[in-house]
Amino acid sequence: MIALLEIPLHQAVPYVAGAYIAFVALILLYLAIMATKLGRIERELAELTDLATRRRPGADEHDAP
Amino acid sequence: MYGKRLRPLALTTFAALTLTLVLAFFWAPNDANQGFLQKIFYLHVPLAIVTLCGFIYGGLAAIAHLRTRDSRWDMRSYVAIHLSLVFGVGVLVTGSIWAKGSWGVWWDWSEPTLVSFLLIMLLYATYQPLRFAIEDPERQARYASVFAITAGAFVPINFVIVRLSTAYLHPRVLGNISANLPGRFQIVFYLSLISMALLWITLWRYEMTSKHASAQLRALKRALGGDDDEALPRRSAVPTLTIGAGATPTGRGSAGRTGAPR
Repeated sequence: MIALLEIPLHQAVPYVAGAYIAFVALILLYLAIMATKLGRIERELAELTDLATRRRPGADEHDAP
Repeated sequence: MYGKRLRPLALTTFAALTLTLVLAFFWAPNDANQGFLQKIFYLHVPLAIVTLCGFIYGGLAAIAHLRTRDSRWDMRSYVAIHLSLVFGVGVLVTGSIWAKGSWGVWWDWSEPTLVSFLLIMLLYATYQPLRFAIEDPERQARYASVFAITAGAFVPINFVIVRLSTAYLHPRVLGNISANLPGRFQIVFYLSLISMALLWITLWRYEMTSKHASAQLRALKRALGGDDDEALPRRSAVPTLTIGAGATPTGRGSAGRTGAPR
């Protein structure tokens, strides 16, 4: 068994701040990873839009030099 | 589909989390024993409860997947477990910081609540490697569902076993909350629990939206006759999502409109 330690305010603040900052950092990291995936979706969507535009009837004549 | 009303949900979550923080730090009094350090309680305990509920939801979604063979349920289960693992890391980190401040050690192996939570985390840490180890998407989804159900059942059993254990060093929260927590503590705790649940739901829907959009894109790419290599999903731990009516099981070689978001 470990005894509960009574710690004063100035000693508790770093622990409380550390816990909350760690949590926010974790959520931000998760969101950053999700944002990267969203960026990939956006890129693929742009590729698809490009593909659809090239396939549009008359696009060939338009693109020809 | 999942992105519908995501913005108001996200705004509500943000408002709830902000209110919780303000009340926890400026309205709830300091604990007589632990003083200011007890503020970690409003983060750590709701986070742990939401994590465990997320694992249980993952199991329930897996049951629905096995019953219906609808790949959307597999995706729901996968995202729930994935997100709960992220939250679980938060629980372990905040718990260790609290333990260091309160007990003077980062970890105590004689504390059943800590060890049992770690066991649950280690159990679920094998979920993604298990999925990745199985190449056939249909079999992967089926095995992953069986795992999610078994592990999901382990969560409440584990909780009860810890309750029945004799060491009561870890603070007890559920079950006797009205007796243990005075008025303001209780209000902030419940608000924090709601905020954390809202955060989990928002992130779950956010990830589901992303996965669904990715699957739709892949299906569209295939329909437009894009790159053949892209049409066939690479080996992945992420479920193969059926786009469309979607109540049928799908395989990598199936003719159905499937996509494997990564």
